[in-house]
Amino acid sequence: MGDLALSGVKVLDLSWYIAGPYCTKLLADYGADVIKVEKPGEGDPARKIGPFFQDEPHLEKSGLFLHLNTNKLGITLNIKSTEGRKILKELVKKVDIVVESFSPRVMPGLGLDYKTLEKINPKIVMTSISNFGQTGPYRDFKASEIVEYAMGGEMYSSGIAGREPLKLGGNVGQYQAGTMAAVATLGAFYGTDFQGEGQHIDISIMETEAGDADRRSTHVMGYLAAGVITNRWVPPREAARIMIMPSGVYPCKDGFINTLSMPTWFPRYIKALGMPGLKDDPRFQNVYNGETAPEFDAIWYNWLADHTKQEVFEACLEAKIASAPLNNAEDVVNYSHLKDREYFTEIEHPATGRIIYTGAPFKMSESPWQLRSSAPLLGQHNDEVYTKILGYHKKDLAKLKESGVI
Amino acid sequence: MGRLPLDGVRIVGTPVVIAGPFATMLLADMGAEVILSESIQHFPPVTRGAFPRPPQFIVPTTGGGMIGGAGGLSTYYDHWAGSRPWDRYVMFNNLGRNKLSCCIDLTRPRGVDVFKRLIKKSDVFLESNRPGSMDKLGITYESLREVKPDIIHINMPALGCTGRHSQGALFGAQLQALAGHTWLTRYPDLDYTTTQSFIFHADACAGATAAFAVLCALQYRKRTGKGQHIDLSQLETVIPHLGEAIMEYTMNHRVQDPLGNRDANMAPQGVYRCHGDDRWVVITVDSDEAWQGLCRGMGNPEWGKAERFSTVKGRMENHDEIDRYIEEWTSRHDHYEVMWILQKEGVAAGPVLDGRDATHDPHLASRGFFEVVKHGETGVHLYPGISWKMSKTPLGIRKAAPCLGEDNDYVFKKVIGMSDAEIKELEKEQIIGGDEYVEGASAF
Repeated sequence: MGDLALSGVKVLDLSWYIAGPYCTKLLADYGADVIKVEKPGEGDPARKIGPFFQDEPHLEKSGLFLHLNTNKLGITLNIKSTEGRKILKELVKKVDIVVESFSPRVMPGLGLDYKTLEKINPKIVMTSISNFGQTGPYRDFKASEIVEYAMGGEMYSSGIAGREPLKLGGNVGQYQAGTMAAVATLGAFYGTDFQGEGQHIDISIMETEAGDADRRSTHVMGYLAAGVITNRWVPPREAARIMIMPSGVYPCKDGFINTLSMPTWFPRYIKALGMPGLKDDPRFQNVYNGETAPEFDAIWYNWLADHTKQEVFEACLEAKIASAPLNNAEDVVNYSHLKDREYFTEIEHPATGRIIYTGAPFKMSESPWQLRSSAPLLGQHNDEVYTKILGYHKKDLAKLKESGVI
Repeated sequence: MGRLPLDGVRIVGTPVVIAGPFATMLLADMGAEVILSESIQHFPPVTRGAFPRPPQFIVPTTGGGMIGGAGGLSTYYDHWAGSRPWDRYVMFNNLGRNKLSCCIDLTRPRGVDVFKRLIKKSDVFLESNRPGSMDKLGITYESLREVKPDIIHINMPALGCTGRHSQGALFGAQLQALAGHTWLTRYPDLDYTTTQSFIFHADACAGATAAFAVLCALQYRKRTGKGQHIDLSQLETVIPHLGEAIMEYTMNHRVQDPLGNRDANMAPQGVYRCHGDDRWVVITVDSDEAWQGLCRGMGNPEWGKAERFSTVKGRMENHDEIDRYIEEWTSRHDHYEVMWILQKEGVAAGPVLDGRDATHDPHLASRGFFEVVKHGETGVHLYPGISWKMSKTPLGIRKAAPCLGEDNDYVFKKVIGMSDAEIKELEKEQIIGGDEYVEGASAF
């Protein structure tokens, strides 16, 4: 199986939905042994969220679940039962890291708070991911992707002036919280050696957004440093022009492109357009001349109308202009540059057959990312984990199954 | 003072713009000593400002407009760029916390020599330059390995170190577009040219993932003694964050279209106008129980009892109608008031907080999210703080972002161990040292 970056790191994963599972996916994909604990019979709620393979709602066919749980072992355990909690505590002795994403009252309510787990395993790093953190007036509040983005993130300035604020597409805030949780978890684990003890990490999704580099923390800092409240802006093409070169999203022959301009880039644009004659055009000698900008637009829009988004992209890359096509998922999966880098990867899963998955978020020369196994079926590794790791006999397992513990 | 998790790890970086600075910030927050290798001859674009000495008309005074015009990204403290604008650029100072800065001219061989002596004393080198741009200077993974065999070298350019488009120097906006995120972010009734958002998840995502990559390599080195090279494409960190859309295509050959502020599985969900100027609340009803909660919160209006709203399917089909009813109610209330009323009824709801609201939010305040920091050039301000809590090694802003070259002495004398005479000589040649950009420092 090769030597991976996190080989030998053992993780007990009690998390569900997106943030926690993405955190443990990062750990698992780089080599950690992750045991995912799910509720008997139902599993991670993500199993009930689409998109589903061939649109058939089924616990083993959720694309969201399959995406987030690669390389993990899956067991079922009812941690609300006394027997279940006992087993969980045995597992805690065998691992280095516990990740959970229950609302803050749940783990203490089950007698499984950090203080208890620390007594069982002093070197344990316990990461708790929740909507608003383990303390504070909102800690028991409910949230969703859009609620986190509104309260923690930069929703206020997302969208355009005169319209309502606009959510970012997808569930990127949840994924980002998971990524930040992975950073904190691995950082803490790295430190346990000389600390001689583990610790408890409190991840508030609201705070991962409030401190985020998607612009949120910088915009908040803009207020603290200069009283600036960054608001929603008018669309670039309606804004007062400060440069003749374009910035923003523009239509082209078969879709849209996004482009950006720096003040010194006029020569780059005439190179991309293949119109060297513009160099001496008296209208464009001062790039800050907003008045002649519409005349440059006329040339630019006409050129775009004759070129596909891919052609525009290639021409701009050649001219060193920061520009890109607005891809959809189909374009992304078929993007030639990603094929050069062998980014997407395929793996077999019993319920779906071979499916293409996203690949390594970074390539390590010595300890590469590997897709070793697809997401576990519900309870797929019960036998393996309970007999090999915890030393239960087969007949004990049958009994536990009967009583609904696993 | 207790030790922090990454105490003893030294990271040298030449990160530019946002993603690289964010990655090094997260590592510095956990105790790594992050030394920025800067230069008085070379001004990296959009890192310490758009220009070394910006003309006053691009120093913004309001929160609206385009790049180079106004807004959070180009803000200077008190709208004043001063005589040392590079030390007054808000974005740099926000992401620069807990780091050190020294100046080395890497375009001259003697500068490269000093740089390699610094690498010899370091664990990690992080750069976000275009692949090959450091090669020209003689700085490659191979050449760094010669001076430090177990060095971890991470390069995190926009599109990675290999592949046909690896030379593409793109920013967050273009990465969003390439990754398919811009495709999913749109008002359903407007086209893409009108709804462009200026929030770029790619920067945040690539930065955090790069920090994770460095930790993976450190962990591997601890166990095996080996360093390595990491090729991180910022684009490739974003795509997994859009997993549902990718899986919908790879499983079902279908392209997901943008939903605006709605959700594919829950209804109603949206942003609703509240009492006041440009005040909004968001609400997600994630179950039939939450729907009952919403109705209770609104005072059990007659319309809420309609049979067609009792299931999620019905609420999806009648979403526009429900939105009108909800907004009629929310527009009579303050955005925070709606949050308190609905959360009490078990409904996910919260105000859309602008940059000022966030700094006064009682929850962030109660958790001590904001910290008071004194910066050499700009004085005392509150800053957004650390994004998570650690129980035994509490993290915080130990020092403000460095002014340009602030730690020259420490780095050259203490870290590298250069003699005063050598420092003096190299300073005279402007190979090392300095704290202001030379006239004509390159910008773009």
